[in-house]
Amino acid sequence: MSDTDRDRPSYLDPSFLRGLTQARFSRRTALKGAGMLSAAGFLAACGIGGKTSAPTSAHVNWVWDKATKAGTLDFANWPLYIDTGTDAAGNTTYPSLEQFTKDTGIKVNYSEPIQDDASFFAKIAPTLQQGASTGYDIIVITNGIQMSNLQLKHWLVELDPSKMPNFFKNAAPRLLTRSFDVGNKFTMPWQSGFTGIGYNPSRTGRDITSFQDLFDPAFKGKVGMFAGNQDTGNLALVGIGVKPEKSTPADWQRAADKLKQQRDGGIVRKYYDQSYIKALAAGDTWISMAWSGDIFQANLSAGNNDLKFVIPVEGGLIWTDNMCIPVGAAHPVDAITYMDYVYQPEVAATLAEYIDYITPVPGAKAIIEQQAATEPDKDTKAALLGTSESPLVFPPAGELAQTSYYRDLTTSEATQWNAIFNSVIIT
Amino acid sequence: MQAVAAAGAGPRKPALRVRFARAAAPYLLILPGGGWLFLFFLLPILALAVTSLESGDFIAGFNFDWNVGNYTFGLQLYSSQFLHSIEYGGAATIVAFLVAYPAAYWIAFHAGPRKAAYLLIVLLPFFVSFVIRTLSWETLLADYGPLFKPLKDAGLLPGDFRVLATPVAVTGGLAYTFFPFMMLPIFASLEKIDRRLVEAAEDLFANRFEVFRRVIFPLSLPGVFAGVLLTGIPAVADYVNQDLLGGVGTTMIGRVIEEQFEVDINYPLAASLAFIFMVGLLAMLLAYQRIFGTKEILSD
Repeated sequence: MSDTDRDRPSYLDPSFLRGLTQARFSRRTALKGAGMLSAAGFLAACGIGGKTSAPTSAHVNWVWDKATKAGTLDFANWPLYIDTGTDAAGNTTYPSLEQFTKDTGIKVNYSEPIQDDASFFAKIAPTLQQGASTGYDIIVITNGIQMSNLQLKHWLVELDPSKMPNFFKNAAPRLLTRSFDVGNKFTMPWQSGFTGIGYNPSRTGRDITSFQDLFDPAFKGKVGMFAGNQDTGNLALVGIGVKPEKSTPADWQRAADKLKQQRDGGIVRKYYDQSYIKALAAGDTWISMAWSGDIFQANLSAGNNDLKFVIPVEGGLIWTDNMCIPVGAAHPVDAITYMDYVYQPEVAATLAEYIDYITPVPGAKAIIEQQAATEPDKDTKAALLGTSESPLVFPPAGELAQTSYYRDLTTSEATQWNAIFNSVIIT
Repeated sequence: MQAVAAAGAGPRKPALRVRFARAAAPYLLILPGGGWLFLFFLLPILALAVTSLESGDFIAGFNFDWNVGNYTFGLQLYSSQFLHSIEYGGAATIVAFLVAYPAAYWIAFHAGPRKAAYLLIVLLPFFVSFVIRTLSWETLLADYGPLFKPLKDAGLLPGDFRVLATPVAVTGGLAYTFFPFMMLPIFASLEKIDRRLVEAAEDLFANRFEVFRRVIFPLSLPGVFAGVLLTGIPAVADYVNQDLLGGVGTTMIGRVIEEQFEVDINYPLAASLAFIFMVGLLAMLLAYQRIFGTKEILSD
């Protein structure tokens, strides 16, 4: 990085660059916070090398014994991942956060610095390594390598179960037994989503049902795959009939070989980041790996309302974005208060109506139906019913059974995984 | 008396101070630049070199142990990405040169009093940010975008024709992005050619081609030399054009290095790749300088 930065004229400063790319991306991208990132990665190189201070459970108890409600909360989330409104002056507001402040007296500093797990992790890791505070009380991290790393490095505050009654009462049962957070010790889910196939029926000319459709020579040069190797690797595993959680490195290799065939056959146009949705909407790709909520949102925007999302018959992937408290957080009590607060069905309903990913609170469905029943405005009513009836927001049990979580990877497995799948994706 | 004595003693002391100041002046003058170089070039390079020889992983921590394996591993794994960088960067430099030289020539010799206006017109698009322009290309070149949709509808292009997600798009994007860095130095050196030399050549019965070949082009070489450096170096290192306009099989090394730093958190591998890249670039620059020389540049 450093050499490229130095050679680049000043107007090509990466922070500037990233700042400008933000607008075009959807929720799961937007942008990396600053050009500091590249510097952070580099500086971290100098800083990292020592051992982490091993935290003890005494440390954990210390957090909850000493901490008291502070009245403020620093919440780091992904872009377009909460309900928004506009005030009289035209500023963005967050109605559900305002309600939270009214209910609890805790003021929320809401920010959206998380563009993707890897780069956000790379940004906070050097800080955490030095034992300093990230400045955030809640961060939202997807299950995956970064989530394991945060736990392995003991960088998450162990939650106090006595402070999370709504979570245990209202969370979907499947969320209480997550393999990446056994015992719900460190995280509470924010939302979940599916990775499946998005397509444009008017271009493909037929309905897409199978993972094999991504290999159809009829779509040569019109297939989009993900550059993120967790999604692409795991979906390929499902595609060749292997359950990701039971997969071995030999399976990974077979999946990678399958993907290589697809790549070398000229079928894949590009390995996309979040810009895949733009390519799909523009017709550059006809069929693409996709995240459920993005298709829903793309269809809402004018002109692109004919995209479809399907979970392939072989099975799709499900991921969960999780709220957690990084060690050194200044306001842990306020953080856990909020994390539990969103598990009230009313609050979850408000969020689900806006976000359109899988809500962690199935009870929100009844609330939305109730709202729809009394809603006088026809369009709003239709939108509410659209949310409450959507299988992508309230998936039926059968749909969930079809989907797998990413393979949990140890550090050495992750190295192997990266080597195998990056050799497909990075060419 | 006192005044005289003071006056007599006076000039001596300043003389010492002046002498000292004179001796120190070069060092003081170099201090800001040297300090800058030390802090923002030498030290980072050193840290990079140290990092590139570490082993371990992010969780266990990285330890310095002369792990030269990073270099061989990096070269073996990403040699084709290194080649892509050189290929696309080199091709883009040539394309930029072929487009920029005639334009600069025309403006310098035939634009008359409106030179400044034409220069402004050429440079105007570059007032818009780099990424916005690259994104615009992405939109323009889309398979069913404003450029290709009419042609495809009219049957002039096959339906599966595409430019986006090909090496052509990446090369074109790079050439476009760094075009001003090629054109401005060439224009500057063409502009200051003494017109009497051209007249003299014509007096000696040189035709227009001979005038160009034997007088104008050689005199514009310093500009070409600078233009090639200013275009080639950033073009080889760029990864944004490749990211937005490229597709399968067009990854350049800058992108790999970024991924290793920011996604895979494999600092040693990233550092070794960056180091290989830098040293390779330096070697190419030295070879280039050996062949074409920098004397003209220095006297420029």
